[in-house]
Amino acid sequence: MTLKIAVCVKYVPDATGDRGFADDLTTDREAVDGLLSELDEYAVEQALRISEESDDAEVTVVTVGPDDAKDALRKALSMGADKAVHVNDEDIHGSDVIATSAILAKALEKTGFDLVVCGMASTDGTMGVLPALLAERLNVPQVTLLSEVSVDGGTVKGRRDGDSATELLEAPLPAVVSVTDQSGEARYPSFKGIMAAKKKPVEELDLDDLDIDADEVGLAGSWTLVDAVAARPARTQGTIVTDEGDGGKQLAAFLATQKFI
Amino acid sequence: MAEILVLVDHADGAVRKPALELLTLARRIGEPSAVVLGAGEAAASIAATAGEYGAATVYVADGAEFTDQLVVPKVDALTQLAKEKGAAAVLVTSSGEGKEIAARVALRLGSGLITDAVELEAGENGPVATQSVFAASYQVRSTVSHGVPVITVKPNSAAPEAAPAAGSVENVAVAFTGNAAKVVSRTPRVSTGRPELTESAIVVSGGRGVGAAEGFAVVEKLADSLGAAVGASRAAVDAGWYPHANQVGQTGKQVSPQLYVAAGISGAIQHRAGMQTSKTIVAVNKDAEAPIFDLVDYGVVGDLFEVLPQLTDEIGAR
Repeated sequence: MTLKIAVCVKYVPDATGDRGFADDLTTDREAVDGLLSELDEYAVEQALRISEESDDAEVTVVTVGPDDAKDALRKALSMGADKAVHVNDEDIHGSDVIATSAILAKALEKTGFDLVVCGMASTDGTMGVLPALLAERLNVPQVTLLSEVSVDGGTVKGRRDGDSATELLEAPLPAVVSVTDQSGEARYPSFKGIMAAKKKPVEELDLDDLDIDADEVGLAGSWTLVDAVAARPARTQGTIVTDEGDGGKQLAAFLATQKFI
Repeated sequence: MAEILVLVDHADGAVRKPALELLTLARRIGEPSAVVLGAGEAAASIAATAGEYGAATVYVADGAEFTDQLVVPKVDALTQLAKEKGAAAVLVTSSGEGKEIAARVALRLGSGLITDAVELEAGENGPVATQSVFAASYQVRSTVSHGVPVITVKPNSAAPEAAPAAGSVENVAVAFTGNAAKVVSRTPRVSTGRPELTESAIVVSGGRGVGAAEGFAVVEKLADSLGAAVGASRAAVDAGWYPHANQVGQTGKQVSPQLYVAAGISGAIQHRAGMQTSKTIVAVNKDAEAPIFDLVDYGVVGDLFEVLPQLTDEIGAR
């Protein structure tokens, strides 16, 4: 039996660019180049490793996003994923995380999966809740925030390094997992991988294909409302001194004026 | 008055400070009720503390499920209570698990979800939450337009204020839905005795400039003299000099202390995303061109191995 692994990835604005908002208070996707969310590279990596450990496995990378989001899929395919699914529909624009999870869940059901692998959070919204929402919608266990993951027969096992304890977790498949940036360095695509990715299948789906009404998603179907967006006032640089043997004393004096000591 | 459910995060039999902050914020938007899950015998003292900080009612549920299974039992409990009590909002601390619990509760209630609020106030259309986004370069104000608002709030978003209330305990029997991952084993992290990174009023962090794992000793000594938590940049963590649990930055912890001391940290966007909302920022770095100096209230261009010990001695002498 083929182990079907689905990896959910997101195309995000480059965090090193000048990110901002469009007139409708959604993320401005024009202003800054996009790329595969760095934290999703760890998910692709773990999916590939699980696939390599398995006798028979297939890795499908899935995204919801505009035309450009194909770049994120191509990156994952060039790393070694077998095929991709791209949900793209203009009515999706402005979907919040709950609406997005509805679309992804339908796409995953259509694609089929034994294991869904996600990054711990996107690097733009940084909410980190999508894996949990998918588990809820797909009615399968969630095994999240893992720094180590493996599949053993019909069971997924993982290690979570929390603030107060390290936990060993397990759940029967099918399941949703998310992995942290401690799970293992993501591989770089080889030239061969990049060439091969161009020939790999990318299935295009729209809301009709997934049997989702337009008013269930997008700005209309999102249950949170952004009322105002304001650039945070830039911090103004304070005093800078060069240490000439008494830098620590000067710093102590400053901290004393601020009543920290 | 509208009942606001507050999930009380607890550890080692005691209420964690962010839960007291939530109770304080909850009073701005309604009447807080505390929800204490899986606390065992400590539930009574946790309930008493919740009462001192404004909880009119404390719902207590216990069971092995809360500790032996991941997330879902707490979702079951919170959803059940929100429905039974007709809660006007649900507040949860913004931790990794807290956000996952909140998300699933929101989905089950058919509600909108706001995560990582740094401010919360009452508005005409329900609670208004402020979030700090895109590496803290923007402030976004949002409301929930559908269902019972479910909001997670970052630690350090409000100072806990005592406000004695009834704190009457109501035991709750939770109907568990199952389908949760099993916790096979739990190995507690050895406590350093230092404050929790996200909760601490002062954080001292070390970066690439610290040079080696042993170099963190000067960072730790300064932290201890200030009663501070110790943080580390991603570069220092990736080099294996300090544990990942202490990483400050976009992929680590986001901190918002009263005072943040950055030692040997250049201030890449990844790091700034995790500390830019700190009230007062101080940096020590050999490189006068380091971008961290753009953010500071006070910066010392110098060798951290000279400046930090001198500062530590000065603090000790005061």
